Amino acid sequence: MSQFLEISGLKARIDADGQEKQILRGVDLSIPPGEVHAIMGPNGCGKSTLSYVLAGREDYEVTAGSVLFKGQDLLAMEPEERAAAGLFLAFQAPVELPGVNNANFLRTAVNAVRRARGQDELDAVAFLKLARTAAKELSMAPDMLKRNVNVGFSGGEKKRNEVLQMTMLEPSFAILDETDSGLDVDALRIVAEGVNRLRSPQFSALVITHHQKLLDYLVPDRIHVMAQGRIILSGGPELAREIDREGYTKFLAEAEAA
Amino acid sequence: MPAVTETREAVEKLGQSTYKWGFETEIEMDMAPKGLNEDIIRLISTRKEEPEWMLEWRLAAFATWQAMREPTWAKVSYPPIDYQDLHYYAAPRRKPGPKSLEEVDPELLRTYEKLGIPLHEQALLAGVELPEGETARPPVAVDAVFDSVSVATTFRKTLEEAGVIFCPISEAVKDHPELVRKYLGSVVPAGDNFFAALNSAVFTDGSFVYVPKGVRCPMELSTYFRINARNTGQFERTLIVVEEGASVSYLEGCTAPMRDENQLHAAVVELVAMDDASIKYSTVQNWYPGDEEGRGGIYNFVTKRGACRGARSKISWTQVETGSAITWKYPSCILQGEGSVGEFYSVAVTNNCQQADTGTKMIHIGRNTRSTIIAKTISAGRSDSTYRGLVRVQPKASGARNFTQCDSLLIGDQCGAHTVPYIESRNMAARIEHEATTSKISEDQLFYCRQRGLSEEDAVGLIVNGFCRDVLKELPMEFAVEAQKLLQISLEGSVG
Ligand SMILES: Nc1ncnc2c1ncn2[C@@H]1O[C@H](COP(=O)(O)OP(=O)(O)OP(=O)(O)O)[C@@H](O)[C@H]1O
Ligand SMILES: [Mg+2]
Repeated sequence: MSQFLEISGLKARIDADGQEKQILRGVDLSIPPGEVHAIMGPNGCGKSTLSYVLAGREDYEVTAGSVLFKGQDLLAMEPEERAAAGLFLAFQAPVELPGVNNANFLRTAVNAVRRARGQDELDAVAFLKLARTAAKELSMAPDMLKRNVNVGFSGGEKKRNEVLQMTMLEPSFAILDETDSGLDVDALRIVAEGVNRLRSPQFSALVITHHQKLLDYLVPDRIHVMAQGRIILSGGPELAREIDREGYTKFLAEAEAA
Repeated sequence: MPAVTETREAVEKLGQSTYKWGFETEIEMDMAPKGLNEDIIRLISTRKEEPEWMLEWRLAAFATWQAMREPTWAKVSYPPIDYQDLHYYAAPRRKPGPKSLEEVDPELLRTYEKLGIPLHEQALLAGVELPEGETARPPVAVDAVFDSVSVATTFRKTLEEAGVIFCPISEAVKDHPELVRKYLGSVVPAGDNFFAALNSAVFTDGSFVYVPKGVRCPMELSTYFRINARNTGQFERTLIVVEEGASVSYLEGCTAPMRDENQLHAAVVELVAMDDASIKYSTVQNWYPGDEEGRGGIYNFVTKRGACRGARSKISWTQVETGSAITWKYPSCILQGEGSVGEFYSVAVTNNCQQADTGTKMIHIGRNTRSTIIAKTISAGRSDSTYRGLVRVQPKASGARNFTQCDSLLIGDQCGAHTVPYIESRNMAARIEHEATTSKISEDQLFYCRQRGLSEEDAVGLIVNGFCRDVLKELPMEFAVEAQKLLQISLEGSVG
């Protein structure tokens, strides 16, 4: 049966200063609709690369494998088409856009995906009402909407802004790349609640994290461990706690032996 | 259909009153032969029914021009212009233009559509010839003419009540000779440079604005000007004089790309501000840049200069330059009055084969004079853009201050951007700050926007508008919105 998201044998590399560098070495992963999965794994194993490849970043060359998203060939789509199809990526390092007003950016984005999805565009008034409510639920200061996109935002403010965008863009599949890192305890809870509010049988998420804390709030359906560009192990929520206690060494060694 | 007849009549009536107000260039049925000599200048002067002094002035400028050579220092290149192969007095659209919209560059039409310009106005802008038997008055832009004229009439009353003079320069020569004689050429002397001399000899169109003492001009001279600016001349001449304590905001240009059969444009703009006066001069220049190879584009050689004669006077230039094949333009301020202020905010966009050499000059003469320069340059395609800025502080200008910020944004790797600052300070107590940056639109930024659902072009537009924000926010509101759209359209197809 075709899953909601089906990644098979995905390999990708990057041209780093003339050197071909293989980063993803055959990723297999499927996520059914309505589920939240987490990926954990040591620094540099390829987690962010996977999220970029799924979102369509052109720097990475896909050399093998396929990705089906709601039955569509995801890899054949432009980044903005993927967004319109419901894919959202909360960036590990959100990008600054100097001079671009945050509310204006958000409205442009919301209306772009609404248009592509055949929905009516939001006028300025309707949009602002929604955006203000969403920002308030994330305990964001009201002036965040007036400032330039991510410019001068604190680490935590950037992450909250990502979640605000996610809320407004109504994705069916969200990838959160270390959205929890850099958040204080309250912010962590607020962000997790933001994700939980989106949960429904039509919404799935892939959460990349290093910390147990976020997973306590989100309670993922599955945990996957990534190492050296592959998923080496999958399990239930208890796997995360095991990693938290014992680190990756044990799992890496087992994977090596296998 | 009575409604149609009625509309026609109404428009005709209004059309006439526009003409009385004088901003519609009358459609001349004759055309002077090619070439430039004293006889041609006499002809221009006669046709314009000018007083003797005006003719003398033109002839003197012509003599000066003949002794001058075309400047070559700008970083632009174009085939030599044969000045004897041009018409200096010709009716607009006399040469065969496209017969219908089908003959017009489809790219240009696409742009019009994007800007939401109705079909009949597209024809006008693209210079489509009228079919045999149609009236000389373009049967186009019915709504626009209708609206604009009714608006214009109200405007005129308001301006008159305030004592503001706003009329074509040729009318001012006749009706306000004392003012024109006093100020014409007082900021840009006829012999200032090659193109200014040429303009002084042959100018035929342009505006005159006079704001009397203590009057704040009750409206922006913008909408009004724009709707009447259809036949913008090849050698435009604008003179704005603002008396003590008075102020005005003037806007020239048009966001719609204007085609013109005259390839060479050499305008002169002079501004004079007395004590505590303020002039805000905004430009959106979108002349036809030519096709992708630059063929058929306009050469735009402009001399713009403002004199802050009075104490605490202020002149502010804001420009958005997206059009023309070649732009040569340095709006400047002469800061004479003590404590006077000069500002220059500029966005110059070049794409495909366009070349732009623009910038400003801030000449600090009086004490405690201040100037601000914010120049944003965006280059795409194979274009080349140069910012050239001079900040000069004269010995008496103690306490003078200048802040300059030049930012270049490159799109793609075949374009060029150059910054050429000249700083001449003859006063130790002056403070001059210069900051310059060059950046590219980063892949990170583009990808971030596209991940959020924006097309690549919308993403570029958004980032570019962000880059230009400090300048765009200086534009009058209504124009800022159009300018934003324009920037994006000018850069279409420049990425990917
Ligand atoms: N543009 C690039 N140029 C060179 N190397 C790259 C590039 N992008 C990624 N890499 C390399 O690919 C590997 C995987 O990087 P990636 O960012 O996917 O790791 P990660 O699992 O997200 O790590 P972290 O937990 O630290 O965020 C790293 O070794 C990284 O240095
Ligand atoms: Mg990462």
